[in-house]
Amino acid sequence: MKRPALRLVLALALPVLLVTVWWFASAGSTDVYRPPLRTILTTFPDVWTGERLRADVLPSLLRLLAGYAAAAVLGVALGTVIGSYRRVRAVCEPVLEFLRAVPPPVLVPVIMLFAGIGDTMKVAVIASGCVWPVLLNTVEGVRAVDPVLSETARGYGITGAARLRHVVLRSASPQIFTGLRQALSIGIILMVISEMFAASNGLGFTIVQFQRQFAIPGMWTGILLLGLLGFLLSVVFQLVERRVLGWYHGLRASSRRSP
Amino acid sequence: MLDVRGLRKVYEGAGRRVEAVRDLTFTVGAGELVCLVGPSGCGKTTLLKCVAGLLAPTAGEILLGGRPVTGPPPGMAVVFQEYGRSLFPWMRVGENVELPLKQQRMPKARRRELVADALRSVGLTDAAGAYPWQLSGGMQQRVAIARALAYEPDVLLMDEPFAAVDAQTRADLEDLVRGLWRARGITVLFVTHDIDEAVYLGERVLVLSASPTVVREQLSIDLPSERDQLHTRVAPRFAELRTQVYAQVQAAKRGAAVPAADVRTPTPPAT
Ligand SMILES: Nc1ncnc2c1ncn2[C@@H]1O[C@H](COP(=O)(O)OP(=O)(O)O)[C@@H](O)[C@H]1O
Ligand SMILES: [Mg+2]
Repeated sequence: MKRPALRLVLALALPVLLVTVWWFASAGSTDVYRPPLRTILTTFPDVWTGERLRADVLPSLLRLLAGYAAAAVLGVALGTVIGSYRRVRAVCEPVLEFLRAVPPPVLVPVIMLFAGIGDTMKVAVIASGCVWPVLLNTVEGVRAVDPVLSETARGYGITGAARLRHVVLRSASPQIFTGLRQALSIGIILMVISEMFAASNGLGFTIVQFQRQFAIPGMWTGILLLGLLGFLLSVVFQLVERRVLGWYHGLRASSRRSP
Repeated sequence: MLDVRGLRKVYEGAGRRVEAVRDLTFTVGAGELVCLVGPSGCGKTTLLKCVAGLLAPTAGEILLGGRPVTGPPPGMAVVFQEYGRSLFPWMRVGENVELPLKQQRMPKARRRELVADALRSVGLTDAAGAYPWQLSGGMQQRVAIARALAYEPDVLLMDEPFAAVDAQTRADLEDLVRGLWRARGITVLFVTHDIDEAVYLGERVLVLSASPTVVREQLSIDLPSERDQLHTRVAPRFAELRTQVYAQVQAAKRGAAVPAADVRTPTPPAT
């Protein structure tokens, strides 16, 4: 019982410290660009009303979700094909390396040319940035399927779709989740950036709006909300991962005990 | 039942050419328990994988019930040497045993029954809900055996299955395999590098030469079919057979071309 309590204290110590420092350091600030934390916090409930959450935060989240889901499906599907066939890999690898090296935000103007400035563009931007870590990690995971396991499955007639589902994807799932985790933070960044370029609503749009109107405390609340959102999404992600990869963490813990 | 004729397997890869098996010919009769012994690296695993249809031979053929083996034949189960790596770590023990049956579209009730039976016969009823990595090495190997049993194979191939378990567990597992073989009348090809184990388990022992591999000797094990760890292993006949196999294996390791005549008892290859 003592352990989780201690962990909680340790996890909260630094955030509490930082907020405290921010609070006192900004307390007497008269600089318009750096309002006191106190002002920001009192502005928060005024800015982020139910209406605003519905009109700006929800659209952002839906775009993120759509782009992220598309990237996950595409990345795992392509990654499985590329990882499974040596020939396909040899053909695709140079192209993949190139595409991966392109910073995703530069795709925004390009994608705008094809997909306009609507939701399609934003979803496409998010998907095109998120897909690489998922794809590349899936390729690695699929390649690394243990040959003994693979032969065991073949010997028992587990082939085709059953092999994919029970052996290949499960075996690659730790790497797939690594990719999904990297993709999540990329997705949030691209969500904001795509909304800063051309949008009529959304979190990124709102933050830029505030900045242009010199509503500085409002701008800061937007940044705070983004941070909270990112934190929340990563907590949800961890909960899902812990469920799906329970076996993997157990396996690793047991091999650490008896190497 | 199982006919291996002129089997040859050469691994080719990256400028390296390894002739793992040169020319193997032997048969295993239906319901027979045959042990294969040979020095390590002589191609035992290679042979087993060819028989299991997991590797294509370079030359020669393998017939199972008169039909050539071209892929994993139905009705054959393999227990690999690396038991820890042959169990699916994301599945519980029960699911591991059940998966091959699911693949055969067997009704759920029947599956349940077979899984429970198999786990009971290896003494792991209580472990059905555990993950493989929560079990000891010996228990993991028993799960792999249970999975093979639940599959109800006609032919069971085992590749040094007890090489990495402690002596006590090993003795238990040996008795388990022999008991199951007698109870179910399956055909078993058991690979080991342990001479005592081969003599204790087998009805017949095939000694392989060192690489390039051929069958060096075949010995019928004329011990009573009722065997137990305590009495069988101290029987004078056991000691004699053991000595014969030992001499053959030693000669195989030295790569002697002609078997030492004084320890060789002519035994007609039982089929
Ligand atoms: N996949 C492979 N590629 C190349 N050489 C191999 C491969 N598998 C086994 N060998 C070689 O074939 C020989 C026989 O190996 P193996 O069948 O594992 O022997 P055993 O099981 O009797 O110890 C060894 O020299 C080994 O290095
Ligand atoms: Mg081997």
